[in-house]
Amino acid sequence: MEIKKMTRPGTTEKKMEPLQVKSKQHQKPGSKLPFLLPVLMILGFLLLWYFISYINLFPAYALPSPASVLRSFKQEILAGRLLNDIIASLWRVAVGFVISAFLGIPAGLWLGQHLRARQAFVPALNFFRFLSPLAWIPFAILWFHIGDKPAVFLIFMATFFPLAIATMSAVATIPSIYFRVAKDYNYKGIELLTRVTFPAVLPEVITGLRVSYGIVAAEMVGCQDGLGYGIWEARNGLRLDSAVCYMIIIGLLGMGIDRLLAQLTKLPNVRWGYER
Amino acid sequence: MEGVSHNYGSVSVLNDLNLVVNAGEVVVLVGPSGCGKTTILNLLSGYIKPASGIITREGIIRTVYQQDGLFPWLTVSENISLGLRSLKEPGQREKEKRELVELIHLEGFENHYPHQLSGGMRQRVELARVLAGDSDILLMDEPFSSLDYQSRLRMRLELVRLLKERPRTVVFVTHDIEEAAQLADRVLVLSNRPATICRELRIDSIRPRDLTDHAVIEAMKEILNQLGLQASNNPI
Repeated sequence: MEIKKMTRPGTTEKKMEPLQVKSKQHQKPGSKLPFLLPVLMILGFLLLWYFISYINLFPAYALPSPASVLRSFKQEILAGRLLNDIIASLWRVAVGFVISAFLGIPAGLWLGQHLRARQAFVPALNFFRFLSPLAWIPFAILWFHIGDKPAVFLIFMATFFPLAIATMSAVATIPSIYFRVAKDYNYKGIELLTRVTFPAVLPEVITGLRVSYGIVAAEMVGCQDGLGYGIWEARNGLRLDSAVCYMIIIGLLGMGIDRLLAQLTKLPNVRWGYER
Repeated sequence: MEGVSHNYGSVSVLNDLNLVVNAGEVVVLVGPSGCGKTTILNLLSGYIKPASGIITREGIIRTVYQQDGLFPWLTVSENISLGLRSLKEPGQREKEKRELVELIHLEGFENHYPHQLSGGMRQRVELARVLAGDSDILLMDEPFSSLDYQSRLRMRLELVRLLKERPRTVVFVTHDIEEAAQLADRVLVLSNRPATICRELRIDSIRPRDLTDHAVIEAMKEILNQLGLQASNNPI
């Protein structure tokens, strides 16, 4: 859905038209710069990488050259493994993340509204939040054996606590006036929660989703495929070129999914949360 | 309100206040800042309970807040619909909603969100929302004080017009003496904390009143005198 621009005369819309030639000149390179800057940065970084490996600052087995990474990319793609790993990883991340959102957001809403619940649970929440998800690996394997389940569990453990805490603190900062208005118009119970509390925190919950989301190294154990497993296997085979190739994929996928989650901030009923 | 007293901790805010607002009347409370004007509204709306005394109200009460009382995640028409929640039939609700949008002259902005509107437009939506449906009593807590001077003048006329179309009982709190003189059937001047009514002023001239009307200027003189803000009260 698109928000229509106000075009009626006599409204207070402030049209930010460039006032003078001077400000126009400023805007022209400025409009391309946001795209150009990161590209230049990446190019510079690649050059540096190439240069370091060219002068053999580190031995080739410790720092794979861009060319060898490119070669391993080709290998992995041709073997069909890369695509398979990407799909396997995305599936696990999606399942773990969705479970964690469906449990973490309601938990945060509930905690945010009940002081006693907060007093009871927040210390425990903080305790678990600071445990690295990697610490759960042995339990994940013992409880869920091998396959997708332990990885899903680890992703859940990594994302549930930050999400619940972000939602909870968002509830705590809802201006009291919204609840007064809600009372004026007879919102109670579940309706109050779904029609007032939840939309009031939604912008911050979306930010919480973006922050807590991550392809964790959940699959380094217990799985036979996936991007994390790819890195693990490359490490075991001392194939750092292949490890770098997986790292690049993880980073790019992460960026892509963040862009996808960022689309949520464009929903018309949450725009207010980002424009103040 | 009968013999109502209230205190926050050891600070006594209201002391034995008696106030009767008749149906259809516009009562404006003015007084020095911090004197307990907002407390009176909170007591009237039932948001807080009085420490002692009795408050009786007849009918459905709604409040217009100083600012940001609209739900930012709802559009103009959805916000107005809050006031129509008691209407069961969707067709009637839709019709009422359209009428209200027309009433506040915001046709074309139904699907805008509050943050896309100016302060004056937002307050107009608030007015439409409290006037919607079956409300009887409107409490207004400095509803125009966050607007610039000219919008404030315009909104006063707007309020008079809206109340002509849909008469309501109004209790209006403000620190703006002009506003009181222009809008009120009855102005109550409150004293410093603990608030008591130190002057009751009836203004019979019909609305809309111009700021330069004789009755308005006379009323302003009276109020300013009562508040000790005239030059004659403060010999140099």
